[in-house]
Amino acid sequence: MGLLSDPNRRRALISLLTRLNTPICGMPVEWLMKTMQAKGLEVFTQRFSRTLPFPDENKERYMVRGTNVYGILRAPRAPRTEALVLSAPCSPGDNNNQAVGLLLGLAEYFRNQIYWAKDIIFLVNEHDLIGMQAWLEGYHHTNTTGMDWSPLQGRGGSIQAALSLELSSDIITSLDLVLEGLNGQLPNLDLANLFYAFCQKIGVLCTIQGKLQRNDWDSVSGYSHAVQTMMLMVMKQASGRPWGDHGLFLRYHIEAATIKGVNSFRQYKTDATTIGRLLEGMYRKLNNLLERLHQSYFFYLMPSLSHFVSIGYYMPAFGLLAVILLLRALDLWVQLSTPPQRTEDGVTDIEPVRGTHFKTVADLLSLLTPLVISHLTGVALYMLPIRFQEMAVEHFPVSETEAVVLTAIAVYTAGLALPHNTHRLLSGEGTEQGWRVLKLVAVLYLAVLLGCTALINFSLGFILALTLVPVAAFVTPHVPKVLSAFILVILSPACTLLFSVFFFQELQEMPISFQDGWLLFLSVISQGILDHSLYGSLVYPLITLLVYPCWLLFWNILFWN
Amino acid sequence: MAAHRCSFSAVLFALWGLSLLTVARGQEATLEGNDRTAVVDNPESVAGAAEQAAGQPAAEDRRWEATAVEEVSPTEAGGGSDSPAPKPAASPPSVPRPKDDFQEELVIRPLHSGDIYTSFQFRTLWETDFTRENKVSHYRLFPKSLGQVISKFSVRELHISFTQGYWRTMQWGQPYLPSPPGAELWVWFQDSLTDVDGTWKELTNVLSGIFCASLNFIDSTNTVQPSASFKPLGIGNVTDHRFLRYATLPREIVCTENLTPWKKLLPCGSKAGLAVLLKSEKLFHSSFHSQAVHIRPVCKDDQCKTTSWELRQTLNVVFDLHNSGQGKNEWSLFKMFSRTLTEACPVASSSKIYIDITDNSQGEQFELSPATPLLSQAVVLGDRRTFSVYDLTQQITFGTMRSLNLLIRGKSSQGDMLRPLLHAERYVAGYGLQTGEIHTLMYNNHPYRSFPVLLLDSVPWYLRLYIHTLTVTSKGKDNKPSYIHYQPSKDRVRPHLLEMLVQLPPNSVTEVTLQFERALLKWTEYTPDPNHGFYVGSSVISSLVPSIVAMDTNNSRERPLFSSFFPSKEESSYFVRVYTEPLLVNLPTPDFSMPYNVICLTCTVVAVGYGSLYNLLTRSFQIEEPSPGLAKRIANIIRKMRGVPPL
Repeated sequence: MGLLSDPNRRRALISLLTRLNTPICGMPVEWLMKTMQAKGLEVFTQRFSRTLPFPDENKERYMVRGTNVYGILRAPRAPRTEALVLSAPCSPGDNNNQAVGLLLGLAEYFRNQIYWAKDIIFLVNEHDLIGMQAWLEGYHHTNTTGMDWSPLQGRGGSIQAALSLELSSDIITSLDLVLEGLNGQLPNLDLANLFYAFCQKIGVLCTIQGKLQRNDWDSVSGYSHAVQTMMLMVMKQASGRPWGDHGLFLRYHIEAATIKGVNSFRQYKTDATTIGRLLEGMYRKLNNLLERLHQSYFFYLMPSLSHFVSIGYYMPAFGLLAVILLLRALDLWVQLSTPPQRTEDGVTDIEPVRGTHFKTVADLLSLLTPLVISHLTGVALYMLPIRFQEMAVEHFPVSETEAVVLTAIAVYTAGLALPHNTHRLLSGEGTEQGWRVLKLVAVLYLAVLLGCTALINFSLGFILALTLVPVAAFVTPHVPKVLSAFILVILSPACTLLFSVFFFQELQEMPISFQDGWLLFLSVISQGILDHSLYGSLVYPLITLLVYPCWLLFWNILFWN
Repeated sequence: MAAHRCSFSAVLFALWGLSLLTVARGQEATLEGNDRTAVVDNPESVAGAAEQAAGQPAAEDRRWEATAVEEVSPTEAGGGSDSPAPKPAASPPSVPRPKDDFQEELVIRPLHSGDIYTSFQFRTLWETDFTRENKVSHYRLFPKSLGQVISKFSVRELHISFTQGYWRTMQWGQPYLPSPPGAELWVWFQDSLTDVDGTWKELTNVLSGIFCASLNFIDSTNTVQPSASFKPLGIGNVTDHRFLRYATLPREIVCTENLTPWKKLLPCGSKAGLAVLLKSEKLFHSSFHSQAVHIRPVCKDDQCKTTSWELRQTLNVVFDLHNSGQGKNEWSLFKMFSRTLTEACPVASSSKIYIDITDNSQGEQFELSPATPLLSQAVVLGDRRTFSVYDLTQQITFGTMRSLNLLIRGKSSQGDMLRPLLHAERYVAGYGLQTGEIHTLMYNNHPYRSFPVLLLDSVPWYLRLYIHTLTVTSKGKDNKPSYIHYQPSKDRVRPHLLEMLVQLPPNSVTEVTLQFERALLKWTEYTPDPNHGFYVGSSVISSLVPSIVAMDTNNSRERPLFSSFFPSKEESSYFVRVYTEPLLVNLPTPDFSMPYNVICLTCTVVAVGYGSLYNLLTRSFQIEEPSPGLAKRIANIIRKMRGVPPL
C-alpha cells in the first residue's frame, strides 16, 4: 500500500483534486487526453451518438452525442490478453469530478508500479450509461441497440473485472456498493467479498443499499433492518435496470460493481487517499487472479454486506409458490379428464355432446380466441406507446414522455375493457368445460413463465408470483364478480408496479405522498421503456408481451359466461 | 569537420554501393549455375541469396558490410591503429582464418515513447557439414547441444523464440526481430527426411529440455505447415512446405530458467563480453523481453561454393522509462543491466555497441557519453539509420577507467503515438459462450502505395471456424484475397490453418472477420484453470513494405541526383513480419466443483454401503443363549459373593 506512504504523491493527488473542484464536466476531452498521455497511458477516444425514442425527462436528454476517453496502462511483459477496467462517469451537470480526479491519480500511481499482470483501462465515459453502452459495444464489436459509435482503436484483451466509481460529493463518509445490473444480473459474490474485506482492512464505513450493517442479528430491530436491506435488493433487482455503470458489463460476463461515495452526514470522513488505497488494494487482488471470478455464487441476495442468502435458500420459497400452480393445473386436468359426473338430480353440468376432448373446431376456437386477443393486446401495449407518441403530442397538450406513458396506461386499461368473450360469437354460450381448459392453459402458461423468469431474475419472478399466483389459483367464473374483479385489478402487474414504487420509497425511508408517488410511477414506466430501447433490458417486453396477456387470460376467465 | 566527414561518407557510400553491385552480379551468376532456386527476390544480397521474402536479414547483412567499410576509414583518417579482426564477408578470401567465427553486438535505440530498446545479437559461424555420415565431434565455438540436434534431426533451419510481453508497434515502431508472445518454433527439415512428424515430435521434446521450456506441449493439435508465410531464410532450394513445421505456444511464460540455458550456448557464457550484461533480474524488470535462437545455413564467401552454419542468438529487451527512471530521463548501461563492460569476449572476432542516433544528429534528443568518433550507417527496416559505434575490441573504448558505462541523458519524453506503415490488431467480438467472431485489423498507413500482405491464422480446433463467414473488407468494400489456403481442423487432431494474400489499399484499414463456435470439450481436456480461458496464437502478417527511404523521392540529401530517380530495388521495399496479440477465449466450462461434490457424495454412499456389507460378511454370528432366569441370576450373584464359580 504505497499510496499514502509517499508524501509527494499524496500532495500531487490532493492538488489534482483541488484543481478538479472547479467543474470540469461537460467532458474536457482534450484536457483528459493530454493528462492521461502525460501519465504514460495509451489514450484513445470513442465518439458516439444516440437519439432516444422519446425525451428522457429525468436526465433531460434526447439527442445524445458524446465522447468516451480511455487510457490503457499496458502491463509490462503482458501479452494484452487480459484487462481490468476502472471507470468514472462524467457528464455535464453531474458532479463526479472527484471520481475523475481519483481515477487520474490512480492512473499515475499505477503507472509507476511493476507488478501489473493485466492491462488496466481507465475509462471516463460521458452520459453515464449511454456512454458505457457505446464503449462496451465498441469494445466487443456488437450492436444490440442500434447506437452509433466509432470503432475503438486500442484494446486490452478480455476484460476480467471492472469497477465504476461515483463520488457525488466532496465529503465522503461512507462507500456504498451497488451490485444490481441489467436484467437483474449480479456479479460474482467474491467481488462483494473483496470490497468488504478491504473496507474492513482500511477501516472505511461501507454499506449496501445505503444501509449500514448492524451487529444485533438476533434482536427484532436488527432482523427487520436486515430484511429491509434485502427487500431493497429484491426491488432493485426486480426492476431489471442497471443501477450503476457497472450494470452493462455483466452481459459480457465481466464481473463488475459500482462504488458510490456517499455523504451521509456522519462525523467520520473518508478522504480521497483512503478510497485510493481501497481501490489499489482491490485492483492488486484482481490483478493477481489466475482465472475469472467463478468460485463463488452468482445468485444471491444480501441482507448485509457480510451475509448473503444463497439460491439454495430462496429458491424453495419460489418453488412452493409455483407448486400451487402445478397442483391447480393437476386438479383441473383431473376434473377435465374424468367423465362428466351426474349430479344428484340426474342433470349433467356439461352437455354430453361436447365430451371431454376437443372434438370440434369451436372448442379450439373458444380456447384460441382469448389467447390470441390477449396477446395482441400485449403486442399493442409493447408497440403503440412509442409509435403513437407523435400523434398523441399533436392531439393532446402533453409532452412526448407523457404521451408515451399515458398511451401505455390507456392501452393497458383498454385491454381490460376489450370484449374477450368473442367465443360466444363463434360458439354461443361459454361452457363450463371451456373455462376449465382455458384456465388449465393459463395456469401452466403462468407456471412456465414465472419459472423461467425466476431462473433469470429471481426477484422479478418472486414478486410476480406473489401477486399472480393467488389470482391464478382462485379465479373462476363463479366467484363474486365485483369483488374478484377488484382484487384482480389490484394484483395486476401495473398495480404491482405502483405498490412497488411506494414500498421502495418506504424501504428507503423516503416516504412520499400519493401525488408524488403517481408521478414517480409514471416516470418509472417511461424509464422502463427507455431501458429496454437503450440497453436492451428485458423487463418491459416481458411484462407487456407475456405477463400482461397471461393476466388477461385470468381476467377473461372471471368474466366467462 | 562534420561536413567533411559527411561528404567523405557519402563518397564511401557510393563506392560501397558500386562494389556491392559488381559483387552481386558475380554472385548471381554463380547462383544460377549452382542452385536451382526458382525465385530470387534479392539477388543483390550477399549472404542470404535464396531468401524469398526475407528482406530484413539481408538488410542486416548489408549493414555489416557498411559498418566494416566505413568504420575502418575514419580510424585510418584519424591515424588510429586498425585491428586486424577478420571480417567474414569483406575480408579477402586469401587470408587464412579459423573455420568458426564469433561476433557479438549490442544495439541500443532510444524509442519514440522514451523507452530504451536494447538488442543483443550473437553470431557464430561454423564451416562444417552436420549432415554427413561421420558425426561432427569437435566443437569449439558452436554449442555442442545444438550441433547434435542439427545432425540427429536433419534440421535445415531452426528458429525458436521465447517472448514475454507484446511488442507495442504503435509506440515503439518495428522491432529488429519480431516475435509473438510466448514461444514460437519453426523448423525446416532436410528433404531427405522421411518421417517428418515423428522427428518433429522428438525435436520439440529435445528442445524442451535444452531450453527448459514446455515445448513438449507442441503436438499435432497446434502444429501447422504454412504454405507461404515462412520461407527458408538461409540458402537452400527446398520450398516444399511438407518439410516445414510451425507451432506457437502463446501461453508459455518466459523467465530466468529459459534465459540461463540460452546464455550457456554462448562461447563466453556470461563471463565476458556483452553477455556480462545479461543479468536476469534486470532483464525481466522490463516492458518486453524476447530471446531467440536462429540456425540456418549461409554462404561462406561471396562465391557461395561452401556453406557454413550460422547460429544467431538474439535478445531484445525494452526498458521502461517510467518504472525505474524516477522522473529523470537518464540511462546508463549500469542502470539498465547493473553491470558495466570491461572487455570483449576474447574469442569474438568483433564486438561492438551501436547506438541509434538518427533522430539525434545535433544532440537535440539526448546526450551520449562517452562520445565516439565512429559512425555507421545502415538501412534498417526501410529507413536509413545512423549509429554511433563502440568497438569493444579496442582498448581505447574503455578509457582510463577500464570500464565502459554508456550514459544517455534524454531531453524529451512521451511523444505521441507512431503511425507505423503496417500494423495489426486482433480481438474477439461478441458475447456469450456459444459463438463469437474473430476480427483482425490490418492498417496500411502508407499515404499512396498499396502492398500485399500474407496473413497466417492458426486457430485451435475447439474454436470451430465457420469459413463461409469469412469477410475481408477495406474502406467499406469487399476485398477479395488473391490466394487462400485453408486447411480445416480435425477435432483433437489438427488446428485450422488459414493463409491469405490480401492487398492492402493505401491509407486504409482492412478488416478480416471470421465467426466461430465454441466447442464443448471433454472433461479431461480442460486445463487445470479452465476459467482463465483458452489461448489462440497470434496471427502472423508477412509483407514487403514500401520503404521510407524510397518514399522521399523529393529529398535527395546525401545522394547524387542520378541515383535517385528510379527507386533502387534494394531499398524500395523491406520485409516486415507483424504478429498480432494472442487471444484469450472463454469456452463453455462446466462447474468442476460438481464432480467433486459427486465424488464426495458417492464416496460417502459407497463407504456406508460397503462398510455395512463388509461388516455383514466378516462378522461371525453366534447364537446368543437366552438370558438366564431371574432366580439363576440372583443365585449367581450370591455364588460370586461367596467366591464359588457361577452355574
